[in-house]
Amino acid sequence: MTPRKKRRLYLLLACGIAVGSATALSLAAFSSTLTFFLGPREVLAKDPAPGMDFRLGGIVQVGTVNTVVSNGTPTTNFRVTDGQASIPVTFTGVLPDLFREGQGIVAIGSMTSGGDFSASEVLAKHGSSYMPKDVEENLKNSGKWNPKFGPPPDASTWNDMAVKSNGS
Amino acid sequence: MTENILAPEIAPRGATGSWLHRYANPGRFLRLAQPALPWLAAFSIILTVTGIVWGYFFAPADWEQGNAARIMYVHVPAAWVSMAGYAALAVCSFFSIVWRHPLADLAAEEIGPVGAGFTFVCLISGALWGKPMWGAYWVWDARLTSVLVLFFLYLGHIALIRAFDNREHGYRAAAILALVGAVNLPIIVFSVQWWNTLHQGNTISLTGGSKIYITMLYPLLIASVGFYMCFLTLVTTRLCSAIMERKTRALLLAAAERAA
Repeated sequence: MTPRKKRRLYLLLACGIAVGSATALSLAAFSSTLTFFLGPREVLAKDPAPGMDFRLGGIVQVGTVNTVVSNGTPTTNFRVTDGQASIPVTFTGVLPDLFREGQGIVAIGSMTSGGDFSASEVLAKHGSSYMPKDVEENLKNSGKWNPKFGPPPDASTWNDMAVKSNGS
Repeated sequence: MTENILAPEIAPRGATGSWLHRYANPGRFLRLAQPALPWLAAFSIILTVTGIVWGYFFAPADWEQGNAARIMYVHVPAAWVSMAGYAALAVCSFFSIVWRHPLADLAAEEIGPVGAGFTFVCLISGALWGKPMWGAYWVWDARLTSVLVLFFLYLGHIALIRAFDNREHGYRAAAILALVGAVNLPIIVFSVQWWNTLHQGNTISLTGGSKIYITMLYPLLIASVGFYMCFLTLVTTRLCSAIMERKTRALLLAAAERAA
């Protein structure tokens, strides 16, 4: 390698380190704004002012979903939890298809003065496990996994479970 | 006659005759790549079609998302290729700046549009997946936003590398852009771990702990290899034409000078 090439190489490596650390520092500094939603615990700690919009994310707490239909419009009450804290949510409108107990969701809205979260929009956050319905039922019936309580075990433990039918 | 056009070297031979200059010489690249192209093209089509047909018609539907999850057989390979393509662009830019290698410059110029295309497919298929599952085509979470930044980096690179009358200036400027933009790659990869996102976390992990059923994993991997090979085929084809275009221009200029 000629001295000029070597000089360019070192210059480039130095620039790379500088750009990399600058980015890392900025990302660390802005971490709270880069996050898409706040969990119930963060919301309780921050105590956002009523009427201030933010996104609340977490799991739909099992056994808290209650839907009332008035004038053809459903209003759903449920609690969003992160396992430690939970916040009551009210939403009027049609929920996404994936909405169920134990499902991760993100609700957009604001706190009311009563300490409830009033959602104007609810997004469903689907999980990251992919398997046929048969396998899911098999895991559930054998007590190895319940989708209501967190992600499934490693795929290597259920890859040999037979599938009865293809397709939907 | 074609032999004569292809054989002469476009690059000045490296003074040291190092391995880099020996194997990355445009003329030699052309002689190696052109016979391989039909094979590359055939394998990329066969693998892509096999993976997608298997995924869409034969793989089981997902327990949670039903048939909508089948979008992953396009979305995930496109996402992987768009990131790998950018990594290749960064490596070319590195060689361009340190070694001033002409093949690296040409490759960077040709990777840009192909990579942008795959990123576009990833964004569109993701939006079509997001609407039925999340309830929104687009949200500004860290994963989606960083991939959109990747798309804009590709577009910026495409524009910058062609923006100068003196091509060398364009190569230098675009190489710096590509290298600075490479900090976005780890951000995309780790965005779902560092921050809360609406986008799902990782399903496939190289260190174990994958959460995908085996008959869904196989078509996904086959489609991914197919997409990688499509990328390679497209870039190699473009690169071969770019080298020949340059050579033709040089020959025409030389002929015009002789005539004058």
